[in-house]
Amino acid sequence: MLMLASTVCGFIFGWGLLISGMVQPAKVIGFLDIFGSWDPSLAVVMAAALVVSSAGFTLATWRERPILAPHSVWPTRTDIDRPLVVGAMLFGVGWGLVGLCPVPALENLATLSPRVIAFVVGMALAWCSMTFGGDAPTRRNRERKPAQ
Amino acid sequence: MANFSPVSAAIGGTLIGLAATLLMLLTGRVAGISGIFAGCLDFGATDKSWRVAFVFGLVLAPLVGGLVGYPIPSPEMPDSWSVIIAAGLLVGFGTRLGGGCTSGHGVCGMARLSMRSIVATAIFMATAIVVVALSRHLFGG
Repeated sequence: MLMLASTVCGFIFGWGLLISGMVQPAKVIGFLDIFGSWDPSLAVVMAAALVVSSAGFTLATWRERPILAPHSVWPTRTDIDRPLVVGAMLFGVGWGLVGLCPVPALENLATLSPRVIAFVVGMALAWCSMTFGGDAPTRRNRERKPAQ
Repeated sequence: MANFSPVSAAIGGTLIGLAATLLMLLTGRVAGISGIFAGCLDFGATDKSWRVAFVFGLVLAPLVGGLVGYPIPSPEMPDSWSVIIAAGLLVGFGTRLGGGCTSGHGVCGMARLSMRSIVATAIFMATAIVVVALSRHLFGG
């Protein structure tokens, strides 16, 4: 059931991205290009997603536990540290260069575009090097106590 | 604002919010895709299967879209190969170091009013806007 639920969630997420047009890097660049012919669509996508997920997450906090899992795994950190700031800046540079962030990059694998594949390989290499280089956020997350 | 498409943007955004909500309600997980995918690549991770399932669903969407007359557009990336690979590496390092991307920080974190996510989103948006301004207007053409 958990697998099915995750697949369906990924599918709805991907469908939303497809309908909104945000799978297209050129559309994302159109939003970031405020000095060109600016396209505010991405702001509308984000606002709509935020309204729905804010309501949904409030609903989730009322429940004692998720429907299909023993407990929730919420991020619990609140500190603004150097890695957060530097990481966000590096991500911003990469995002601005080609208009791809992780979700549309993965979804665009479906087009089998060699350029997208090259981008995802770069992204995956960076992730692997950090996972095996000792700084493994996925492992740290697992050790962290759930918030609820 | 010739390319502004508010209606499809609002529908798409609603679906993205719905997906994040369902994932939280059903599995108790945050829909942060950089973390989900990085976890797929971490051989030591024990909770890998739901992550792989999520990414599978994500890639399945455009394939089904193509079958029902909603094909994924061919990606427009005129940049050189070196820029594309460098951008991929930067996005990879940056999202792991910063603990999230547009989905984890930009949607899920901001919806929870997490200060880390609000700061991260402001920084990566501002940085990307500056990079686009520099590369498309000051240096590019």
